Amino acid sequence: MKNTALYNKHVALGAKIIPFAGYNMPVSYSGLNEEHLTVRNGVGVFDVSHMGEFRLKGDKALDLIQKVTSNDASKLTDGKVQYSCLPNDKGGIVDDLLVYRYKADEYYLVVNASNIEKDWNWIKQFNTYGVEMLDMSNDMSLLAVQGPKALTTLQKLTDVDLSKMEYYTFCIGKMAGINDVIISNTGYTGAGGFEIYVMNADAEKMWDAVFEAGKEFGIKPIGLGARDTLRLEMGFCLYGNDIDDTTSPIEAGLGWITKFTKDFTNRAAIEKHKTEGVTRKLVGFEMIDRGIPRHDYPIADANGTIIGKVTSGTQSPSLNKAIGMGYVQTAFAVADTEIFIIIRDKPIKAKVVKIPFLKK
Amino acid sequence: MNFPADLKYTKDHEWVKVSGNTAVVGITDFAQKELGDIVYVDITTIGETVEKEQVFGTIEAVKTVSDLFMPVTGKVLEANKDIDSAPESVNSDPYGKGWIIKVELSNPSDVDGLLSADDYKKLIGA
Repeated sequence: MKNTALYNKHVALGAKIIPFAGYNMPVSYSGLNEEHLTVRNGVGVFDVSHMGEFRLKGDKALDLIQKVTSNDASKLTDGKVQYSCLPNDKGGIVDDLLVYRYKADEYYLVVNASNIEKDWNWIKQFNTYGVEMLDMSNDMSLLAVQGPKALTTLQKLTDVDLSKMEYYTFCIGKMAGINDVIISNTGYTGAGGFEIYVMNADAEKMWDAVFEAGKEFGIKPIGLGARDTLRLEMGFCLYGNDIDDTTSPIEAGLGWITKFTKDFTNRAAIEKHKTEGVTRKLVGFEMIDRGIPRHDYPIADANGTIIGKVTSGTQSPSLNKAIGMGYVQTAFAVADTEIFIIIRDKPIKAKVVKIPFLKK
Repeated sequence: MNFPADLKYTKDHEWVKVSGNTAVVGITDFAQKELGDIVYVDITTIGETVEKEQVFGTIEAVKTVSDLFMPVTGKVLEANKDIDSAPESVNSDPYGKGWIIKVELSNPSDVDGLLSADDYKKLIGA
């Protein structure tokens, strides 16, 4: 089990630590609901240094990225970020990721911690372009500073005008006296904020500076527990839950990052999913009767016939109701359709709703 | 963490307060911390006699769900209705406002098999 560069900080803060994706990670500090609402209403900081970062460099870097990802990376300009996925050769998804274009011949890929090795090997086998690949995952730390007060907090630490940075853009600049920090207007919470990439040696310095700057807003450390409830309220997919090696991007509602205007791995099969339709779809639902949906609970229709399976579920701290996502047969993937979540052998009434659960 | 000396405990992280042939049952400070924010408690056995170590209900937290086990054999007399409107009391006051059920003991000698506060602390390494 590995530790992030901020492990000692988490222990000193009294975090509950769990093994996750090969790392000892903080799952909560003061309590999930409190942490969740801190991010929705103020500002919170996540150590997500377990995430993987690859650098792809060379004249043909874009060609390799276009080959392995589903979104159209040729639309990126310098300083832009794109959400994308790596389709596998069986119609499923190797991983979802962020693609950063630094320069025409230099890109960064940010991948899920649990998939670092899988993604690396997957991409490498398509690298017939002579692209220089570097895995920086063990050397980089990542702080997600999220919430409506994130911008004001971080602005104290940098001369970069953060208010001018659009969503899904980034720059490399000085922050908290540290050079070459990747400042990225991205996140996994829907609460606004930035993701800050620094080398491990600078991680504690950055962490301390961010907490000092956010003190007046009641800044708090946030664990993986609240990270999950925050992303779920937005209907963001979590790899390993809502998408995996067996789910098509079309089934998962990721058609918007699947562009058939270019060629990519297994494009023909996925295009078929799009044109011929799929038999199941990922939907959001909320509970009508009392119960909390959990990963792998069966979903049934009114007659008790199993029509799908829950992939994610929780009590939503912002909405104060139980919400979930899951795959259902396509006929049921319509808003307001009544479905039943089988909770400990009992069908509990729910209805399909549009995501995000949390409306702006 | 707090484990009052006048209560008895189980390896399933419940506490029992015995008075005569009835007992109040709840979950320990350790258990509430492990579960995290409690959303609701579902007691499906009111009026039933449930054997020791059998499930008398479930407790749902934001991130997880756990069965609740009878610490002693007995009849479930009532559940704490206040938890419905204030489930957070199980987190904030597990030995007081957050009590879960009242039980009528079938075999008062069951109590002898329960753990003392010190034994329980040893069990969880506190």
